[in-house]
Amino acid sequence: MKFAKKHASAKQTIPTASLPDMIFILLIFFMVTTVLKEFDIKVRFTLPSAKQVEKIDNKRLVSYIWVGYDGRIQIDDNLVLVPDIEPIMAKKRQDNPNVIVSLRIDQSLKMGIVTDIQQQLRKADALRINYSSIQKL
Amino acid sequence: MFKKRKRTEAEIPTASMADIGFMLMIFFLLTTTFDVDTGIGLVLPPPVESTEQVKMKKENIANILVNAAGEVLLDGEIILVPQISPTMKNKITENDKLVVSVKTDRETPYRVYVDVMDQLKQAYNELREEYARHKFGMGLNQLTKKQQDEVREALPQRISIAEPEKTQ
Repeated sequence: MKFAKKHASAKQTIPTASLPDMIFILLIFFMVTTVLKEFDIKVRFTLPSAKQVEKIDNKRLVSYIWVGYDGRIQIDDNLVLVPDIEPIMAKKRQDNPNVIVSLRIDQSLKMGIVTDIQQQLRKADALRINYSSIQKL
Repeated sequence: MFKKRKRTEAEIPTASMADIGFMLMIFFLLTTTFDVDTGIGLVLPPPVESTEQVKMKKENIANILVNAAGEVLLDGEIILVPQISPTMKNKITENDKLVVSVKTDRETPYRVYVDVMDQLKQAYNELREEYARHKFGMGLNQLTKKQQDEVREALPQRISIAEPEKTQ
């Protein structure tokens, strides 16, 4: 009598065909979630350019103020008026004492509005600012 | 009788597909840089009420005035924007207590103001670079953090934004 070795009828390998799909799901997850807090910019502006620009190392500290070519001011997701800047920035400074305010101001504007914003920032004690500009080549 | 032909299974090996996926994932993880904010940094003076006015010697102040037409006056003399950096370099070398005071008009174009600030930064950065080369024999970006701080301390940026004139 022959004793035939019994083999299980099921395959013994783990099916790896779906592994790539899992990885792709992970990939898509990362691609979707890596969009950090982005703002919906409601003003149109062209930044000035400068040679001696510095990078801001710590993005968490930065808070933006946008000023469009028509002089409209946007902070976070809202359009604001000049007198509103002080309370908003004062609150931001309370939350984060080392806040750097990055001024993204259209290059065609006059200094009047820039000075007004700066005076507001001084009142709010948010003194570290950054004139956002593009690297000139 | 027909002989049953043995079929070889036609399969593409999919085991390495996961590795390809991982590589793509790592690529995306590394390359997703968000637009880094670049610009000219500055520290504003504190509000007027909270500080007493400090009297400065006149010879320690370099006055830069940018008027409504975008013309720049350095200590009362008209100067072209690209000339600011070399001129300021000389002035800072002569007097290490020099404070640069920048005053603008409400009608001054913001563009010109940024250009002027750029020139001032350039003057300081070039001086720091020279100082670093002289003292440590290396460029500023090759120095250690501590040495960089030392250079910064030796040549601090003293740029002051002048108090705007009261309107009305």
